[in-house]
Amino acid sequence: MIRVELRKLLLRPRTWLSIGLLCLLPVVVAIFLSVTKIAPRPGQGPTLLAAVLGNGALYPAAALGIVLPFFLPIAVAVQAGEAVAGEASTGMLRYLLVRPVGRTRLLAAKLVSILVYTLLAVVAVAVVGYVTGVTLLGNSGQLTTTTLAGTTLTPADLAWRTGVMVLSIGWSMVGLAAISLFLSTLTDSALAAALGGLAALVSSTVLVTLDATVAVRDYLPTRYWLAWVDLFRDPIPWHDLRAGALIQAGYVVVFLGAAWANFATRDVTS
Amino acid sequence: MSEETVDTPAAIATRGLTKRFGRVAAVDGLDLLVRPGDRYGFLGPNGSGKTTTVRMLLGLVYATSGEVEVLGHRIPREAGAALPGVGALVEGPAAYPHLSARANLRLLDAAGPPVSGGPLAEGVGSRRSRTRRIEAALEEVGLADVGRKPVRAYSLGMRQRLGLAAALLRGPRLLVLDEPTNGLDPRGIAEVRDLLVRLNENGTTVFLSSHLLAEVELFCTRVGVLDRGRLVAQDALDALRGPTGRTVVRVDDIAAAARALGVPEPSPGPDGLDGADGGRLVLDGVGVAEATERLVRAGIAVREAVPERRTLEESVLELTS
Repeated sequence: MIRVELRKLLLRPRTWLSIGLLCLLPVVVAIFLSVTKIAPRPGQGPTLLAAVLGNGALYPAAALGIVLPFFLPIAVAVQAGEAVAGEASTGMLRYLLVRPVGRTRLLAAKLVSILVYTLLAVVAVAVVGYVTGVTLLGNSGQLTTTTLAGTTLTPADLAWRTGVMVLSIGWSMVGLAAISLFLSTLTDSALAAALGGLAALVSSTVLVTLDATVAVRDYLPTRYWLAWVDLFRDPIPWHDLRAGALIQAGYVVVFLGAAWANFATRDVTS
Repeated sequence: MSEETVDTPAAIATRGLTKRFGRVAAVDGLDLLVRPGDRYGFLGPNGSGKTTTVRMLLGLVYATSGEVEVLGHRIPREAGAALPGVGALVEGPAAYPHLSARANLRLLDAAGPPVSGGPLAEGVGSRRSRTRRIEAALEEVGLADVGRKPVRAYSLGMRQRLGLAAALLRGPRLLVLDEPTNGLDPRGIAEVRDLLVRLNENGTTVFLSSHLLAEVELFCTRVGVLDRGRLVAQDALDALRGPTGRTVVRVDDIAAAARALGVPEPSPGPDGLDGADGGRLVLDGVGVAEATERLVRAGIAVREAVPERRTLEESVLELTS
């Protein structure tokens, strides 16, 4: 079933279209930057963007910084919201279940498919970001990269830090994916599930910025979403990255559990 | 399985099957029995609970109380053992619109467990026989030459055929079909009926849920009638179409016949029209033999004298009114 889900994911034009669009925005940004050479001042605009003008190798990180706040979560929420509700709305859910595919197995396959999609999207953005960065913004002949702390990184250093960043950003989407997947088992409308997931995302984003929520905000799903920027400091302060990964794990456990409990016991009337 | 068991389990058996939505009982205390080899027609008006029942048989909807057994396995607990032997069409066909018929069948077939027995396994892994089974199923339903067109471009009738092909893909022992001829033209309906007859003669049990009496009357040998969630009849088709105890005679001279039999002459209308067929008299309490004798003695030519039979439609309307 997992293989079937992956084949479905890869055969679907929408998968590639959404990933293509995700990659497009950073390319557009890079074109503007390379033409005008006007970078946002440090502290303004998307994360890390100020640092990339002289150094294209840092652009994968900047590219992910560009898509992270909106585009990537939208894509992930749509994909996860589709998972069960989409099958329900085409009527295929009943045929899969009587095929028979166990409900738990179906849910697990859907989860794997979402994870693969997320990873695919993040890696695609990083790769396209690297290619664009190096070709458009140039490597300026340097072999080393300057961190936010002002120290220098060797290319190998930068490579593993970028790798960890890809994983960390991918993982930060998983909590949102679990919430959307749970909603997807509640409704037969893929759109409703995706919008529900996005509503959770927006609420969390708003609440995180308020001082009044200080008691709970460390547990909100988007609290540590930008912690990966720490990977470009020296030495790396791991605390936020660890905390972020743990919180995502918590959301995954709770909402996957709820999704499973609901899906395994509900009537399928679609 | 090494030996044939002496008493084969029922294809479908339910006991006290009940489904409540809130305080409304959509299905109420159903005792269905579909025997192996049956052509079972499951009739009932819209909203009588047919689809909810079908969904409970397939483990999609969970019963509030009561038991379901399909091919000898408890549903939903042993659905994984029962459902590989079942082909189903529930509330219309479904497919991924951006894929072709073959790609759809391929995905669906790969999604579930492999064929473990039956004529299609033939000692080969089901994956290896997949292409052959898909071609055979498409051939059966008349979709062999659909090509690579995505299902999006299919007509309703073609989708219906694809749904049937999906149900046939794994050589099921039991077919559960909900309104299988929906969207088909008369010729398509006849083709599907022929296909079902052929499958049934080869040993497939067919459970056909429909609100189309004619469809059921032409194909089924056993009928269950559902009304507002209750099974109001379950019997052989011929028993449901049993004689009414009245006699119908057809004569040329209806006025003379009525006088001879001592009944009032029927007014012209659907019951006593005088056309090429002559007139038709419905007699209460007079048998075929007696009516013929009295008419012949009076010198009236009798075209036909038969015991009146209810049509299935009349029986069902009577049962569900």
